[in-house]
Amino acid sequence: MTKVDLVVIGGGPAGMGAAVAAYDAGVRDILVLERDVRLGGILEQCIHNGFGLHRFNEQLTGPEYAWRFEKELHARNIAYRLNTMVLDITEDKVVTAMNSEEGVFQIQAGAVILAMGCRERPRGALNTPGARPAGIYTAGTAQRYINIMGYMPGKKVVILGSGDIGLIMARRMTWEGAEVKMVLELMPYSGGLTRNIVQCLQDNNIPLLLSHTIVDIHGKDRVTGVTIAEVDENRRPKMETAQEVECDTILLSVGLLPENELTKKANVPLDRLTNGAYVDQRRMTEIPGIFACGNVLHVHDLVDYVNEEADIAGQGAAQYLKDGAEDTAKITVKPGNGVRYTLPQRISAVEKTTVFFRVTDVHKAVKVNVKNDEGTVLLSRRRPRVAPGEMETVVLTEKILAENVGKTISVELEEV
Amino acid sequence: MEQREIICTTCPMGCHVTVTMEDGKILDVKGNTCPRGDAYARQEVTDPRRVITTTIGLTDGNVLPVKSDNAVSKNRIPEFMQKIHHVAVKPPVQIGDVLIPDIDGEGNNIVATQNATA
Repeated sequence: MTKVDLVVIGGGPAGMGAAVAAYDAGVRDILVLERDVRLGGILEQCIHNGFGLHRFNEQLTGPEYAWRFEKELHARNIAYRLNTMVLDITEDKVVTAMNSEEGVFQIQAGAVILAMGCRERPRGALNTPGARPAGIYTAGTAQRYINIMGYMPGKKVVILGSGDIGLIMARRMTWEGAEVKMVLELMPYSGGLTRNIVQCLQDNNIPLLLSHTIVDIHGKDRVTGVTIAEVDENRRPKMETAQEVECDTILLSVGLLPENELTKKANVPLDRLTNGAYVDQRRMTEIPGIFACGNVLHVHDLVDYVNEEADIAGQGAAQYLKDGAEDTAKITVKPGNGVRYTLPQRISAVEKTTVFFRVTDVHKAVKVNVKNDEGTVLLSRRRPRVAPGEMETVVLTEKILAENVGKTISVELEEV
Repeated sequence: MEQREIICTTCPMGCHVTVTMEDGKILDVKGNTCPRGDAYARQEVTDPRRVITTTIGLTDGNVLPVKSDNAVSKNRIPEFMQKIHHVAVKPPVQIGDVLIPDIDGEGNNIVATQNATA
């Protein structure tokens, strides 16, 4: 069996970034496996701009952002294989993959970084009643059709879900000549960035109907329309508000799910709050030597944050290959009041750690408190505004961690 | 007097900025929490601009992502989209190549945002 020090699964921004970071931390024997025909991952179809403001201090399009990392990969001569599907990973880090040139092959990896990204939640996950005609796509599928394959998926469009991809597609389809009738959002607030609500919807006079959903889909061969209705505070449709809207296309932008099939095959325990692996501050999972970063670990708002995490995972893998793994801190990190999840979920060494977390609701003026299991407040920070759609961070210093070895630390919100 | 409400998109705060105007002249800007909001709102009420991102046809039948190298007049976007639709570019193309020079008569170009091999 071939032996490789570090195998990276996925050649998107997380995988490329992690490979580059591991190389720069001293790893030379690296192989990136990518199932698509080119590197770049989902960025290749995200042709709009706005990527890289944090990382590069400029607004790049998706392909431009990906190209920056691809160049770094080439500059270091890091090996990668395209059109290569990984089928299996074991706890002992044996990676089974296949492509049309080499057939099925196995690699014994010293360390593995999981960077498979995420997938869109499909119609089947929504239980939307109605017929099953053609013309219902996830927003990302429509994006791929238009931006990579050059096909228009429809002319009169209703979009369900106001996530960023849905908003971006509302503008994209309008610019390409389609009539985007409306964007419906089940929640009383949008999950998308303000920038996208303004530049994608308001710019093109597309109405955003909050607290609304699709209650029926019409059409035999092709979608001919939908019935929409307002929902009450428990998100149940108020049928007296139901009205029909004519359309030939429905786009779904209703959330992303980390793609962890391979993670499960390697018996890596998953956190049901993030739908990704439990990791320590270096992004190592519960299986020593298997790391994870990017959207496979938890869904990020910005690719810039994905790469911040990929740097950590790449350096973590390099350190593991050199020194192995030993848990010297045994600190557990947990979400408290008003916080949905924290990442990392544990801290295995006393070293400065940024904890990423998401809140459960929109708040104005709150305090973020970090406490230990004795109730001692270790840190308190004010925030002018928090929202579930925007990831928050707190930094735990070495001093704080040294004083809390073996304890559980929680992150919670306090109204002020 | 006319009042226009602009949502600033410079940062995630999303301040609602109210601009008071008379005969096309800005009398007052309120509601912003930093100077960037003031500048954004003034630009937005007088000359709104956006970077266009779309795809252009290649002679081999594929499409290639492109953008305008600077923000262009928002109101003229349909006109620019028409022009881009009527061009087919022969590969190879390098990222950053100018594919349509001076699309708006103000010196802004349509450039490739991805590589295409011949």
